[in-house]
Amino acid sequence: MDSVAFRNSVAFRNTVTDAAFADTAFEDSEADLKAWQTDRTRAPVATKIVVAGGFGVGKTTLVTAVSEITPLQTEALMTEASEETDDLTATPGKLTTTVAMDFGRLTLDDDLVLYLFGTPGQQRFWFMWDDLVRGAIGAVVMADTRRLKDCFPALDYFESCGLPYVVAVNHFDGSERFEPEDVREALTIPAHIPVMIMDARRRISVIETLLSLVAHALDETPE
Amino acid sequence: MSSGPKKLPVRGGDRKPARVRPYSLTGGRTRFGHVLLVETFVAALEAPEERRELMNGCLSSRGMPEMQAIVELCRRMRTVAEIAALLRMPLGVVRVLLSDLADQGKIRVYGTGTAHGAGRPDRALLERVLNGLRRL
Repeated sequence: MDSVAFRNSVAFRNTVTDAAFADTAFEDSEADLKAWQTDRTRAPVATKIVVAGGFGVGKTTLVTAVSEITPLQTEALMTEASEETDDLTATPGKLTTTVAMDFGRLTLDDDLVLYLFGTPGQQRFWFMWDDLVRGAIGAVVMADTRRLKDCFPALDYFESCGLPYVVAVNHFDGSERFEPEDVREALTIPAHIPVMIMDARRRISVIETLLSLVAHALDETPE
Repeated sequence: MSSGPKKLPVRGGDRKPARVRPYSLTGGRTRFGHVLLVETFVAALEAPEERRELMNGCLSSRGMPEMQAIVELCRRMRTVAEIAALLRMPLGVVRVLLSDLADQGKIRVYGTGTAHGAGRPDRALLERVLNGLRRL
């Protein structure tokens, strides 16, 4: 990032006033504090799962259903490339926009913490994923059968980088029900990759989805 | 909604080749000696008195209240993403500042579940995660 963009960033300038406020506004209450949060001598093992899919497919709902904290939102600045050239090196009039990403947390053991990162699925956000998928267990690709095409870019991306993934079809009330095998066929998902119909609002359904992903990642990891 | 089963669109019908952008948020100023993934834990280090005086005179800590805000937050174990969220700063900016703070010895950067922050979690870690999820 160049220094001009850095200085002009609104978020940057607001930091001074927000800093003191942020700590109390978003902080977990003392009662909810986990032991590992106050022990600075050793860090727990941190690991993560990426939740991807189109706009409105239920990524934030899924993260909220299992997170032990109110999901937090981080932003990344992105440079918007021209639709025609899509070439970041040759855009003199760069526009920067921010991309929001929600995340939640699950303490699985005294020294093991799982983070869930919900990230926008459009192809123009792939620059964020390169960073996000590093070290990840895998990805949950969320699909809505009314807008199935929205999950195509996420599938393309995870296939191309070799990250283990499962397909979670978030069933919306009143929408037509499809069999997992119909969705698998439409999405051309290989037989060994789990495809499931789930409900992102239900904690148990989300945990089953995560279990399915981790078990699949384990299958994909050599002994 | 129309009657009868709806046809689902098939992926790859109008396929353009998949392409991953050679673009990294962490380029530029960040010295990548420190691996700062979104889930990387960091915590403040207490500096000895004399070193603290030295560092107070240091150019990069003066006039940079956001650096102090980060150190303040890091009195608890924090992740990179959490700091960005709580201070409402873009991830890329937080990475640059954390990298500087680590260079100055003000914060400690911990390793993540994967060795050196690269590659994938190993089987032992995946099994621990599975067991943890089953206990929920």
